[in-house]
Amino acid sequence: MSAPVVRPPEAETSSESRVVLANVSRRRFLQGLSLGGLVLAVGFESRARAQEPKKYGADGMPNGWVDDPLVFVSIADDGTVTIVCHRSEMGQGIRTGMPMVVADEMEADWKRVRVAQATGDEKKFGNQDTDGSRSTRHFFEPMRRCGAAARVMLEAAAAERWKVPVSEVAAKNHEVVHRPTGRRLGYGALAKAAASQPVPARASLRLKDPKDFRYIGKGQLKLVDAADIANGKAKYGIDTRLDGMLYAVVARPPVLGGKVASVDDAEALKVPGVVKVVQIEPSPPPAVFHPLGGVAVLARNTWAAMQGRRALKITWDDGPNASYDSVAYKAALEESARKPAKVVRNDGDFDKAAAAAAKRHQAEYYIPHLAHATMEPPAATARIVNGKCEVWGCFQSPQAARDLVAKRLGMSADDVTVYVTLLGGGFGRKSKPDFGIEAAVLSKAVDGKPVKVTWTRDDDLHNSYYHTVSVEHLEAGVDAQGKPVAWLHRTVAPTIISTFNVEAKNEAPLELGMGVINVPFLIPNIRIENPEAIAHTRIGWFRSVSNIPHAFAVQSFVAELAAAAGRDPKDYLLEVIGPGRQVSPETLGDTWNHGESPERYPVDTGRLRRVVEMVARESGWGRKMPKGSGLGIAAHYSFVSYIAAVVEVVVDAKGALTIPRVDVAVDCGATVNPERIRAQMEGATVMGVGVATLGEISYKAGRVEQNNFDSYQVTRISAAPKIIRVHIAPGGDYAKPMGGVGEPGVPPIPPALCNAIFAATGKRIRRLPIRDQLTV
Amino acid sequence: MIALDINGKRQNVDVPGDTPLLWALRDELGLTGSKFGCGMALCGACTVHIDGQAVRSCITPLSVVANRKVVTIEAVGADPVGRALQAAWVEVGVPQCGYCQAGQIMSAAALLKRTPKPTDKQIDEAMDGNICRCGTYTRIRAAIKQAAARQGGAR
Repeated sequence: MSAPVVRPPEAETSSESRVVLANVSRRRFLQGLSLGGLVLAVGFESRARAQEPKKYGADGMPNGWVDDPLVFVSIADDGTVTIVCHRSEMGQGIRTGMPMVVADEMEADWKRVRVAQATGDEKKFGNQDTDGSRSTRHFFEPMRRCGAAARVMLEAAAAERWKVPVSEVAAKNHEVVHRPTGRRLGYGALAKAAASQPVPARASLRLKDPKDFRYIGKGQLKLVDAADIANGKAKYGIDTRLDGMLYAVVARPPVLGGKVASVDDAEALKVPGVVKVVQIEPSPPPAVFHPLGGVAVLARNTWAAMQGRRALKITWDDGPNASYDSVAYKAALEESARKPAKVVRNDGDFDKAAAAAAKRHQAEYYIPHLAHATMEPPAATARIVNGKCEVWGCFQSPQAARDLVAKRLGMSADDVTVYVTLLGGGFGRKSKPDFGIEAAVLSKAVDGKPVKVTWTRDDDLHNSYYHTVSVEHLEAGVDAQGKPVAWLHRTVAPTIISTFNVEAKNEAPLELGMGVINVPFLIPNIRIENPEAIAHTRIGWFRSVSNIPHAFAVQSFVAELAAAAGRDPKDYLLEVIGPGRQVSPETLGDTWNHGESPERYPVDTGRLRRVVEMVARESGWGRKMPKGSGLGIAAHYSFVSYIAAVVEVVVDAKGALTIPRVDVAVDCGATVNPERIRAQMEGATVMGVGVATLGEISYKAGRVEQNNFDSYQVTRISAAPKIIRVHIAPGGDYAKPMGGVGEPGVPPIPPALCNAIFAATGKRIRRLPIRDQLTV
Repeated sequence: MIALDINGKRQNVDVPGDTPLLWALRDELGLTGSKFGCGMALCGACTVHIDGQAVRSCITPLSVVANRKVVTIEAVGADPVGRALQAAWVEVGVPQCGYCQAGQIMSAAALLKRTPKPTDKQIDEAMDGNICRCGTYTRIRAAIKQAAARQGGAR
């Protein structure tokens, strides 16, 4: 029987419930608006908090961090150590990475470690909103302390048993050793006694010397879920099965803000297996994470529900977004991008410097909406028993799911339990738990019976939270040598904030701080402007977010200037970055800085230079390329990490593009699991290739035009780079702050790819996706 | 009632014959290893073997499956090729989110049965119907080659 070291504290009894969004800066931004009522309606924290000194990193996130071993670690009599992972696993390997940190510090043998997934409970576990490439950089230190505290408790228990001073014992590889006598006690034998030891004070903890790490920074461990994945046993949100469960699919309004005008469900109810048709009420705008409403068909299996939905006759009242049209919208964005607008950064005097420049250049770049298209579409299951609701699903933000389910059902969050399954991809889509709320609403409609809601691929593409659409207008004045002396960047895109505040028309600090205002270039005259744009669909986070359009524009434009100057693109890029120096994000007008302290996380141009130099060296930059082949380079700072990429392309006589090789250099500081850093960079490279070559969500009459993977194409194995080589900057210091890994690999890829195409063909791509633009 | 031969076991399901095999597997028989990704044979997440061929179960009606041998990811490890692939998948660290990997392994197993030592081009052709949104393709290729080598495909 198991003797937990650690009895988890009694269930939280506080009834305070609130919804928390992905990052503190977003919240602060919203607090700054005079729309408190609207914002507070979705439960943002009170204004009082805005008066407190600004907090950064994990401290600044809702519910911060927890480092209590009694919360995260338990040990069974047989020695099995169970470590709780409180962040959601969506492919980044966090269910391996976080427990590995705890295990290393507590001297647990990884072979005897099991990983348990936390329910959504941030008061207990600390912040669980798994996005922003934050898990490791925010929880490395708390998890180290957690493991170290567990180690101290085990050592204290052994010393007590042996009646020796604790200074004579040491934990090592799953046992505690009494040094003078060589006596040993395994963790299983010590479990009960360790559980009753006091938790040591945080300040008293001795952390391991990094040279003694067994797992951290090594990358030798296999993923904890790999075997289950390979044999089909791994459970995702869509795989939940409960006794007596009904299966639901929902017909949602095809236009944002639309409603059901009328529904005839007679034919649907005749479909064999269909049990019930239920209307879900939409919420008034803003969209937030609320369900879109619509008509649900509940059946005894998914297929019957899908057939029933097909048989519904629904007339929609489309509402005010029914004229959203991507062709017209692109033209409108371009018009805005060509006129002076709100200045968000102004160094020197762009107009004067540009007027005096030897030459002027300008270019405009376009990136359409994108959908995450996670391989697992959104799916969740809920049941309500004795006034308590349980929800299972693939949630990136289980606490938000819990709070919003509670709010929608009129329950206390204490009566809602959210179980986090594996996520079959997240990429930001599953930060928004609208699908979980749907499941809860439908369960309530059938007296609490279990209901699973499955989104089809059409649903996923038609009703997502889309990556924004943007036009980036750049102008530069260069001196006689072609070096930029004046830089204007006008960025226009509907903002994510519009999802929370329908009035929002400008990019927020968290978007501007993604590679537009915080470009650390050594150019004396820089002006950044941001025209307004009105959103007509739900705008949301997509892996690396606004860094995608910003890096595409900035890194393409630098290469264009290099070409105009007749310079090597890598040398020119380094010259524009300038010498290695620490730039305060605040001096760049970036008040956000990915939520991190400007002192701890300055923009370090030395690190940016280093990844450029590293990727150039490793890729053989400058090697002679055969006709139709080319190399392109790009570098980007995001999620407080520094990434540079060199893409090699071949474009044949007909314009067919292949990518023989990509090199990526990453400096994310010290590493926990370098093997997964490589995997993340590989995956980000493929996703970046997909964004550049294929990805596009477009609208006509307010409706998304793409339905499935035939019309919304993503990169397949034949079009993926044949070789991806990842180079991790060495010498990371564990005492220094870490950078993010999950997202920052994406932004440099589209510009590096397009720069390579230019090198190979002389054709400059300024509009994504590339699709058939190379076809001859 | 439709009688099925799933992973060597006779199973009866009580659903209409036009129901795709995928939903019978997942919802009626509890075999959730085969995944839903598109419903139109565009992504390969639902791939199973029918009489040894890789087939997209999301568009395969039960009526055509009756009396044919269906093997899913849950049982492909009973076969040496399937087992070698599963081992290679873990060793190479292929999965990220893992959702598509059952389908990837099923497609790869059918490939190696047919072509024990595939070239890169043959791998691309056989695997192009299987989408991985996490972008694990270079490792999928490496794992297939590793499994092929272990199976004696590479000498």
